[in-house]
Amino acid sequence: MKMQLIQPFINAIDAVLAETLGGPVTIADMSMEEEGYRKKGVAALITFKGEIEGRVILDMQPTAALKVAHTMAGEDLADPDQAVREAVREIANMVIGNAVTLLNDRGYSFKVFTPELLSEEQQAAVGAESEATLLSFSTEHGSVFMNISMRYFRRRSRERVPALAT
Amino acid sequence: MKQFEALTRKQDQQPVRYLIVDDSVFARKSLAKMVEAFGGTVAGEAGDGLTAITEYARTSPDIVLMDITMPQMEGIEAVERIVRDHPEARIVMVSSVGYQDNILAALQKGARHFVQKPVKPDALYEIIRYVLSDEGVAAAV
Repeated sequence: MKMQLIQPFINAIDAVLAETLGGPVTIADMSMEEEGYRKKGVAALITFKGEIEGRVILDMQPTAALKVAHTMAGEDLADPDQAVREAVREIANMVIGNAVTLLNDRGYSFKVFTPELLSEEQQAAVGAESEATLLSFSTEHGSVFMNISMRYFRRRSRERVPALAT
Repeated sequence: MKQFEALTRKQDQQPVRYLIVDDSVFARKSLAKMVEAFGGTVAGEAGDGLTAITEYARTSPDIVLMDITMPQMEGIEAVERIVRDHPEARIVMVSSVGYQDNILAALQKGARHFVQKPVKPDALYEIIRYVLSDEGVAAAV
C-alpha cells in the first residue's frame, strides 16, 4: 500500500483525536497484518468504493472511547456502553471523512459508506481479503488503532480520461 | 465549553432556534451543546434527510445544521427539497466529508455555508452569525 494513500489517514486521526481528546497523539507503531483482525477495544468499520476501494477499522481502547464520549456528549452518560459505541462510530466517521477529503483533493474519487460497529462475523472476514496496514496511536487516555486495507484501481482512473480525437 | 455572546433574533430578541440533522446521536449532542453555548435552543432533531423535511415544516427553525451522509435520504437532497418548499430556509452543512464537489452541490441546492467535522465552536459561531446576518440578527444580549 502506497504511503501517499495512508498519510491522509494519519493526518486525519491526528486532527480528530486532538480535537476530541484534547491532548497529544503520537504514532506508537506501524506494521503489516495478513491474518484476521482482532478487536482490542470498541471498533468501527467503514468501507469505501471507487478508484480506491477498501475498508478502515478504527479501534479504540475503552478508556479512550469513554473520554471521547464524555467530551462529545458534554454530560453524564446514562448508558456508557451505548455512548462509547456511538462515539467510536462518530470518530471513525470523522477520521475517514477527513482522510478521503484529503485524497479527493489529490484527485482520487470514491464513495464512503456509513460506519458500522465491527461485528464478530466481520472480524473473522476482514483479515482474509488482503493484507492490511495497522497503525497504533498513543493518547493520554489509551490507545487507538487503525487497520487499513485498500486497493487503487489505476485502470478505473484511466477510464475517466476522455479519448483523444485522431 | 467557552461561552459566546448570545445570538438572538432581531425581530423579537428571542434565542435563535436550530434544527439539528445528523444520523449520529453523538454528533447531534455535540452540536446541541455548541448551539446552547451560542445562546440558542434546539427546536428539533432528525436522523435522516426525510425526517429533516418533516421536522423543518413542524418547527420552522431559524437555522438548520445538516449532515450529508445519512440513511434514507442524504443531506444534499434534503436541502434541495426544504429550500424548494421554504426558500427562506438557512441551512449550514456540517460534514466530515469536505469534497469540493459535495460543497458545490450543497450550495447550488440552496445551502448557505459548509463546516467540516470535527467542528470547532469558534468557526461554527462565526459561520452562523454570518448566515443569519442578512436579517441583521443582533449579536449581543
